[in-house]
Amino acid sequence: MHDFIQSLSVAVRDAAESGRALCVTGGDTKRFYGGEPIGDVCAMESYAGIINYEPTELVITAKAGTRLHDLEDTLAKSGQMLPFEPPAFGERATIGGTVACGLSGPARPYRGAARDLVLGISCVNGKGEVLKFGGQVMKNVAGYDVSRLMVGSMGTLGIITEVSLKVLPGAQCSVTRAFELSAQAALKKMTGLFTQALPVTASAWHDGVLRVRLSGVEASVNAASQELGGEDDPAGDPFWLDLKEHRLAFFDGPLPLWRLNVKPHIEPLDLPGAFLIDWGGSTYWLKSDASVETLDSMARSVDGYVMRFRGGDRSVRCGGLDGVAMRLNRQLKDAFDPKHVLNPGRLPL
Amino acid sequence: MSAPLNDLFVAELLRALPAHAVLLSAEERRPYECDGLSGYRALPGVVLLPDQLSQVQKILSLCQEYSVPVVARGAGTGLSGGATPHPEGVLLSMARFNQVLSVDRVAGTARVQPGVRNLAISEAVAPDGLYYAPDPSSQIACTIGGNVAENAGGVHCLKYGLTVHNVVSAQVVLMGGEVVEIGGQALDNPGYDLLAAFIGSEGMLGVVTEITVRLLPKPKAAKALMASFNTVEGAADAVARIIAAGIVPAGLEMMDNPAIVAAEDFVHAGYPRDAAAILLCELDGGPEEVDADIETVSSLLYDCGAQSVAMARDEAERVRFWSGRKNAFPAVGRISPDYYCIDGTIPRRTLGEVLTGISSLASEYNLRVANVFHAGDGNLHPLILYDAGKPGEFERTEELGAKILQLCVRVGGTITGEHGVGLEKIDQMCFQFGSGELDQFHALKAVFDPDGLLNPGKAVPTLSRCAEFNAMHVHGGQLPHADLPRF
Repeated sequence: MHDFIQSLSVAVRDAAESGRALCVTGGDTKRFYGGEPIGDVCAMESYAGIINYEPTELVITAKAGTRLHDLEDTLAKSGQMLPFEPPAFGERATIGGTVACGLSGPARPYRGAARDLVLGISCVNGKGEVLKFGGQVMKNVAGYDVSRLMVGSMGTLGIITEVSLKVLPGAQCSVTRAFELSAQAALKKMTGLFTQALPVTASAWHDGVLRVRLSGVEASVNAASQELGGEDDPAGDPFWLDLKEHRLAFFDGPLPLWRLNVKPHIEPLDLPGAFLIDWGGSTYWLKSDASVETLDSMARSVDGYVMRFRGGDRSVRCGGLDGVAMRLNRQLKDAFDPKHVLNPGRLPL
Repeated sequence: MSAPLNDLFVAELLRALPAHAVLLSAEERRPYECDGLSGYRALPGVVLLPDQLSQVQKILSLCQEYSVPVVARGAGTGLSGGATPHPEGVLLSMARFNQVLSVDRVAGTARVQPGVRNLAISEAVAPDGLYYAPDPSSQIACTIGGNVAENAGGVHCLKYGLTVHNVVSAQVVLMGGEVVEIGGQALDNPGYDLLAAFIGSEGMLGVVTEITVRLLPKPKAAKALMASFNTVEGAADAVARIIAAGIVPAGLEMMDNPAIVAAEDFVHAGYPRDAAAILLCELDGGPEEVDADIETVSSLLYDCGAQSVAMARDEAERVRFWSGRKNAFPAVGRISPDYYCIDGTIPRRTLGEVLTGISSLASEYNLRVANVFHAGDGNLHPLILYDAGKPGEFERTEELGAKILQLCVRVGGTITGEHGVGLEKIDQMCFQFGSGELDQFHALKAVFDPDGLLNPGKAVPTLSRCAEFNAMHVHGGQLPHADLPRF
């Protein structure tokens, strides 16, 4: 076993025995996300490097501390990419942190989420046990799918040490079509795209403009552009990148940033603040100082939930879990980390 | 023969359910004694056929109260014994939950009951130009509830994913009768991904009573190519080259010579009987993309030494190309009294090594093997031909199967790509996972089913079982305690 993993395992066991909390940290780019981090820093950044990458297998395996940008550069050299377009929120973002946070970018409704692309995970659970789930193959149904369970768990079930991901060929060509539309008309068009056989890879509405990205081979993208209509948006690529990284002007300013994940619908929510609709109508980004109760009931009206994404009061609990589901979540935490050593409080349980 | 169950328990069942939903006589229970893995049989204590959520809740609450094991069952097409009954337990058939409840054309989803057949979902939404993507070969018969239990795949998984990628939420009844919705109607959901844990859990965590599936628009164009090779390596190389060229085919399947001959003799799909291997490659998407990809793939196939490359001229021929592959199992069934299907997954680059290994193992055991391969995603189905009538041949077959799975694990693969562990591969779990992982699986299971009443003895072996199994292994496959029940 690698010395780093050995000492990580000992550190977790010690923490569990002495009742201390560990704050598992990659590149520290998503510290703002979830509950307030507490505990002794357990730094993963130095455990870095690509372990295995064979482009013809469409699989990459890397140590958790590998920088997301390094991994993406490696893939790009073989014309491949991470299909879920994860946001980095900083140069130092690591693949371990990316998977632990489980965030996906604009392509998510069309190419899948972080959880869809994870094939295997090695981790250290809250008892200090070094474990390995899943593998480096596309199809694997041996045992419960613990690797997917780890995605988005914010490091609260286990410290991710290595991860295998499915990758895909990058698109030869990408164009963005823009339409001047009201939120209502945009929602109608966006949701309609779910059932149309077009190579859509992103769609978002903001400030009276709906943008739709089409990707694939050039002839296909050109034909789809014709069919879809709208205007060509030459600034499309930077728009999607800035949306993914929250660098659009919309994300500036002191108000808290909320996210409402909802069932796609046609009547836009009348939200109390500036908003941007992403993911084909199934996510609203909102800048607002409204109360969590107000936003929660609005989200629930369309079968969704609200989460505080950045800024505001981190101690206010939100996220839509209750009843039996909440109990199962808490018991799962206990099953992996009985002493609550790992990132306590980062997930609203 | 009467059911070997507590009389009070049976009386309560009869109060909770209409008489026709409770099968007590041996004759009525007999049809449920096995699933698609028919080598394993047990007469269930009682068969229940509820058609209401409240009935399922009541059944699971009574089973909890009386400590009665429960095995849920869909259509019984599973190939790993996941639905093999418990002789003192309830066999819970979900067959009467067979309605498509709603189709949401805005969200592109359908809400269905678990007993709906896989293919029936696509048929129900076909007028809208939509379909449900995962298409296991048993899709005419298998149910979506069973697909969720096994995380079923199919021939289009490389591009369109498995069940876990195409189900967005599920209503689940836990042991004791509580109902919970896992997953959600949004794309990302709060808390841990319980749905991911549930899909492929082989009926060990709860009973699914409603499922929301994602629907996809039918691609505008689909074309299929068939290429023949005089070496298996040539075909394997072609697969790698196609992927390296940035093409993700909708389906990419390989068959070796014994499988080709069996399929050709059975369905006359037009396969060349003298080829060492054939590749079937389906490309779909916009017509422009499909045309461009067909050209690229054809020339790559020839570069890799293809003897011939044929494109299906029309839909009928495309279906005919696939019919050989989809009927490969029954085709092999015609040339041998019995066959045993293995379900390993391997990194694709190790295919040559693994096929050579299988072939030498097969001669060691004096058995024939035909191979069909989901080449795109590395899922290999060696079919071992045997005759159950010959004494000891089934045991030799099982041993050969276990050796093949060990080989898959050794090259970095897994013991089951899509059929599940069930009863069949429970011992092989011991060499895929260590005691730490198995302990973690048991802890996860206990969250949902603390008394271990759901599908006991399946999917995840106990540590003592593995200790026994590993001890047996030391003796090089010679079972030291042949009288011990192994399953």
